[in-house]
Amino acid sequence: MHPFLDITKLSIAFPKSPLPVLREVDLKIERGEYVAVIGHSGCGKSTLLNVVAGLLPATAGGVLLEGREISGPGPDRAVVFQNHSLLPWLTCYENVALAVDQTLKGEMSKKQRHDWVLENLALVHMTAAKDKRPNEISGGMKQRIGIARALAMRPKVLLLDEPFGALDALTRAHLQDQVMEIHARLKTTVIMITHDVDEAVLLSDRIVMLTNGPNATVGEILTVDLERPRDRLKLAADPRFVAARTAVLEFLHSRHANPALQAA
Amino acid sequence: MNAVSTKPAAEPAVVSRPALAALPKPSRIVPFIAQVVPPLMVLALLGVGWEYLASGPNATLPPPSKVWVDARDLIVDPFFDRGGLDKGLFWHLLASLQRVALGFALSAVVGVGLGMLIGSSPFFMRGLDPIFQVLRTVPPLAWLPLSLAAFREAQPSAIFVIFITAIWPIIINTAVGVLNVPQDYRNVAAVIRLRGLAFFWKIVLPAAAPYIFTGLKIGIGLSWLAIIAAEMLIGGVGIGFFIWDAWNSSNLSDIIVALIYVGLVGFMLDKVVALAGRIATRGTQAS
Repeated sequence: MHPFLDITKLSIAFPKSPLPVLREVDLKIERGEYVAVIGHSGCGKSTLLNVVAGLLPATAGGVLLEGREISGPGPDRAVVFQNHSLLPWLTCYENVALAVDQTLKGEMSKKQRHDWVLENLALVHMTAAKDKRPNEISGGMKQRIGIARALAMRPKVLLLDEPFGALDALTRAHLQDQVMEIHARLKTTVIMITHDVDEAVLLSDRIVMLTNGPNATVGEILTVDLERPRDRLKLAADPRFVAARTAVLEFLHSRHANPALQAA
Repeated sequence: MNAVSTKPAAEPAVVSRPALAALPKPSRIVPFIAQVVPPLMVLALLGVGWEYLASGPNATLPPPSKVWVDARDLIVDPFFDRGGLDKGLFWHLLASLQRVALGFALSAVVGVGLGMLIGSSPFFMRGLDPIFQVLRTVPPLAWLPLSLAAFREAQPSAIFVIFITAIWPIIINTAVGVLNVPQDYRNVAAVIRLRGLAFFWKIVLPAAAPYIFTGLKIGIGLSWLAIIAAEMLIGGVGIGFFIWDAWNSSNLSDIIVALIYVGLVGFMLDKVVALAGRIATRGTQAS
């Protein structure tokens, strides 16, 4: 039996750089698992995600999803981009509808697709703003539409590329709770790129820590052994949460401190 | 802490609040006056200066008072039509505008198409861009003899001159717009597998629209510049030939009136395209 998502000996090199960004990354992810990938800036986290998304080709090695090799992007691996990437000339509804019409045309009637768009907007609590354009709503709301658009494609894997990085702390916490809620409800497999330790510990089942690039690879994988649903207030003092947090911080700041900062 | 605790704790704020005094409404007439007065004042000053400079015994150009006397028919009634070329300015402007409309519409369609092509294909970019860069520097009127030779008629030649004048900025701006479609949007399209024509129609065209309208705006301005010059040479009804004709019969006052109209129409054309652009691209600029 294959793992659900299987990253094997994945190396990625860009043409102009002598060293590969990522070298021989191995990672197996089970169905329904929530995995966070954490590491310093420039360690190739986003590159890894882009390869899984199919937006970048692998130089060596590969990615299997349900036993089939990934070649090129597709709606089965929907991405929530860091900068939301909504199309500014479309309303929120239309942004989600574009993805739904494009990816589910064969499976649903027009009416069903309309309802499905509304259902996904409701899932992220954005029904009220469905006819607004992206420049009329806040950053957090844009990101929620981005999540709705990704979920509406009914992806096998949801890829989150630092989805809350550009948001203020309060909005971020609110969205994290929503993502946890959605994950609990839909049991989607999620890979999330982040550089926020608390976020990684709070949301994930496992935390994949990457060493510094170039030649970055998986340094350590931490299993977060906390039952769901998780409550950020109760967990703040929970020794298991604190231990997991410390372990990640230890990895990032002691054993694999940011080389750029050390040089300074 | 003190400041907080003096507030009644759980009382609904709405009940006890006294009604707020109505805020004074901002005046709408004052900003309007501030907008309109300076240009009117400058205009009046220029008129006075012109009157003074052109009133001397050696003045070669007529002062405004003389323009008014000479060209009164032309100014007050732009709609008269006495047959032949003896028509009100409205008819001349209309004829010129029709040529511009036709030539510009053609160049908009062809220009946007070619711009999309070279913007999305490195092969065509490399192949066509050098040619375009050379051709776009050819002054509009230099095309006229060739187009007269090709079409053997004044009307299509004039339209061709408009077309060839307006097309370059449209092509170049469209191509730049296509090249500047953000990678984010391309990624979104890739993930939902939007390809080919649908990708162009739903992503590239709207994303490039602000650039396209910049090209159209420059194009319409150039068209209006070119039509006046072209009409001077081809004759017939049209504001360009009207000016040339007035020069030949030494009606300097008519020329001045016509110039003012040409300026106003050019200004309007610019505003119309800008407005169309704003309507078509609303939401695209800010994200």
